[in-house]
Amino acid sequence: MNTSIIDAHGHDNDHSGDDHHGPAKGIGRWLYSTNHKDIGTMYLIFSLLMFFIGGTMAMVIRSELAIPGLQFVHPEFFNQMTTMHALIMVFGAVMPAFVGLANWMIPLMIGAPDMALPRMNNWSFWILPVAFGILLSTLFMPGGAPAGGWTMYPPLVLQTGDSFPFLIFSVHLMGLSSIMGAINVIVTIINMRAPNMSLLKMPMFVWTWLITAYLLIAVMPVLAGAVTMLLTDQFFGTSFFLAAGGGDPVLFQHIFWFFGHPEVYIMILPAFGVVSEIIPVFARKPLFGHDSMVYAASSIAFLSFIVWAHHMFTVGMPLTGQLFFMFTTMLIAVPTGVKVFNWVATMWRGAMTFETPMLFSLAFVFLFTIGGFSGLMLAIAPADVQYHDTYFVVAHFHYVLVPGSVFAIMGAAYFWLPKWTGHMYNEALGKVHFWTSAVFVNLTFFPMHFLGLAAMPRRIPDYSTQYADFNTVASIGAIGFGLSQLLFVWVLLTSKKGPKATAEVWDQPQGLEWTVPSPAPYHTFETPPSLSEMDSHH
Amino acid sequence: MSGTANDRYYVPHGSHWPIVGSVGLLFLMVGVSSWLNGADAGFYIMLGGFAVIVFMLVGWFSAVIGESVNGLYNDQVDKSFRQGMFWFIFSEVMFFAAFFGALFYARNMSIPWLGGDSNNFFTNLLLWEGYESTWPSNGPGNIGGDYEVMGPFGLPLINTALLLTSSVTITIAHHALIAGKRAQLSTFLAMTFILGFVFVYLQGVEYVEAYEHLNLKMTSGIYGSTFFMLTGFHGMHVSIGAIMITVIWFRVLKGHFSAGNHFAFEAVAWYWHFVDVVWVGLYVFVYWM
Repeated sequence: MNTSIIDAHGHDNDHSGDDHHGPAKGIGRWLYSTNHKDIGTMYLIFSLLMFFIGGTMAMVIRSELAIPGLQFVHPEFFNQMTTMHALIMVFGAVMPAFVGLANWMIPLMIGAPDMALPRMNNWSFWILPVAFGILLSTLFMPGGAPAGGWTMYPPLVLQTGDSFPFLIFSVHLMGLSSIMGAINVIVTIINMRAPNMSLLKMPMFVWTWLITAYLLIAVMPVLAGAVTMLLTDQFFGTSFFLAAGGGDPVLFQHIFWFFGHPEVYIMILPAFGVVSEIIPVFARKPLFGHDSMVYAASSIAFLSFIVWAHHMFTVGMPLTGQLFFMFTTMLIAVPTGVKVFNWVATMWRGAMTFETPMLFSLAFVFLFTIGGFSGLMLAIAPADVQYHDTYFVVAHFHYVLVPGSVFAIMGAAYFWLPKWTGHMYNEALGKVHFWTSAVFVNLTFFPMHFLGLAAMPRRIPDYSTQYADFNTVASIGAIGFGLSQLLFVWVLLTSKKGPKATAEVWDQPQGLEWTVPSPAPYHTFETPPSLSEMDSHH
Repeated sequence: MSGTANDRYYVPHGSHWPIVGSVGLLFLMVGVSSWLNGADAGFYIMLGGFAVIVFMLVGWFSAVIGESVNGLYNDQVDKSFRQGMFWFIFSEVMFFAAFFGALFYARNMSIPWLGGDSNNFFTNLLLWEGYESTWPSNGPGNIGGDYEVMGPFGLPLINTALLLTSSVTITIAHHALIAGKRAQLSTFLAMTFILGFVFVYLQGVEYVEAYEHLNLKMTSGIYGSTFFMLTGFHGMHVSIGAIMITVIWFRVLKGHFSAGNHFAFEAVAWYWHFVDVVWVGLYVFVYWM
């Protein structure tokens, strides 16, 4: 058996297949790709596109809210914007960005030639344009786009117009894509590691993605089940969410958040991984407590399955349920604290420098922690009765998602861009991008804490004049943050004009991805790297 | 198989099948959505999309089978396929878990609460006065009208026997494959998919019985919802599994598979055991208890 493989694939010059040569010509390179780097690039570009579409919707929201009264849009369209903004940012921007990073970096980090199931990898990506094409088309349908919130709670969501089934099936497609992508990541990590790379020798980004992929496979099918029940309730007369038939609208919330809470960690665990890669390089010290980071991430993943109803404290749950979900939620602070402590300890007495990826990572640690603390406040059931559905919640989850996940993605982009393009990006512009983003993101979201504590409700296009000033500040911040991202695009577009990058790119970084040239050749690790090759870099 | 990845990795060349699949999904989803919205043309777009997906599945699997038969794959690829199948089945388990969750929630939470349990005395008094919680139930609104319950000891018991037997026959077929007894292999594999199709047929008979004689419908409140969604998705999976076993059977007749190299056979066998286990859960919690 083995010899036949060598015969078929052993030599670059005698094989009719195209898998050991350069990229295919034309559009076929992208449509039929089995190359993890090309697919990773497509994921990242798709994600950036969605980031700007979802961002434009955010601009609509913040423009409308800049001053009291109705200015620009109809309230129904406002609701479509909040709903679509969330769906697009969660499923279209953040998740595909991390899958793109996984595609590019996991094979390089573990010394694999590609993802384990390259064709399925291609399909995982190419389902996404279909899913989001369908979702975005709902904006032009009778009744408009979905407007009942991204959480799709019945019975409100059942009042959606013609776009309702399109919403359901686009969510199914996103799930399909995510599940296949996650299966690929797990199999790649478990089966394709360089010989002798034991699990605990894996880089932290690989570890966090392994756990994330597990969460994805566990909960995306549950979301599919939830929206399927919505569909049959709407069109086939079932009573899942109908009290008269013995069902319960609250049942949807339970199923949705059984998906939804792990989903939150799906969007943050890979960010933890990214930051755990970046900080050691610029602190010039190994990651503090590598193994404890693994255990912390695993604990967070486990806990994510038993905390979901903290999203539902005001729904009328039995007291024991509220207590259970309150205490389990607070427990998450322990492993998360371990991670934050480890990042800080990694920097302790390090020879630190502050290139753009490091700046984003430092801001991540600081600002994500703010989001974590407001999460702790929300975890307290009696207090949450006050905060529920106010701007305090909006402030909380934007702190963990924007200066959390999105900053980590941007830090990762700057960190690995030289490896992808072979050129250093413009460091000065990168820093400007960071500082404008960091200032404006706080200007946008910090005042929302005050608005929320003063009880301004979410998802309302108009508000009482007492909330006026902070809203204006937040809107100015949002417009500033949005414009800052144009700078990001400029840095990306001009990145090939920078000086050539070395294989190591940074100052003695650790890991296999820095042993291959920059840009990484189209095919890397066609033969497994030996452990000694790794050791020479440790 | 002695092939290991230590010399060289295998990376498949590009394929047009994924993009064909995406186009099929586009037409399927847009078609079914338009159809649900009342556009008749949507039905045909849906069928077209479905046909493209079937075409994609046939083409994609043929390509992979061809590569496997020609010995392109090594042990590592085999392992990737196995692990991929395992996680796929796990995702299916979680899909069913959502519906079992709905069933358990209705039985233990929403129905008792509607009947005034826990702190819901006034819910019952003011909204559904006189409703007493019981299972099965179509809710306090008697949604779908009076109905009779599908008992556990008629067709469902026969179906349980059929599926459990088929799990045994596929295991015998597997042992025959490893022992090189090809005749026994194809016989027991044929028995397996025949049992599977008979199961699906009997399930159809049961549905007709439910709809025509018991007035038990998908619209019969939460009992009808959970009954038909759980058994319906399960029946769909049995159908897919039986079709896959049929394909494997034809491959066996063509001389595919050896004692050391039969991933596809095992993948389908795992899938079959998975639908079997789900059925046991269904039988216990939907029909019996």
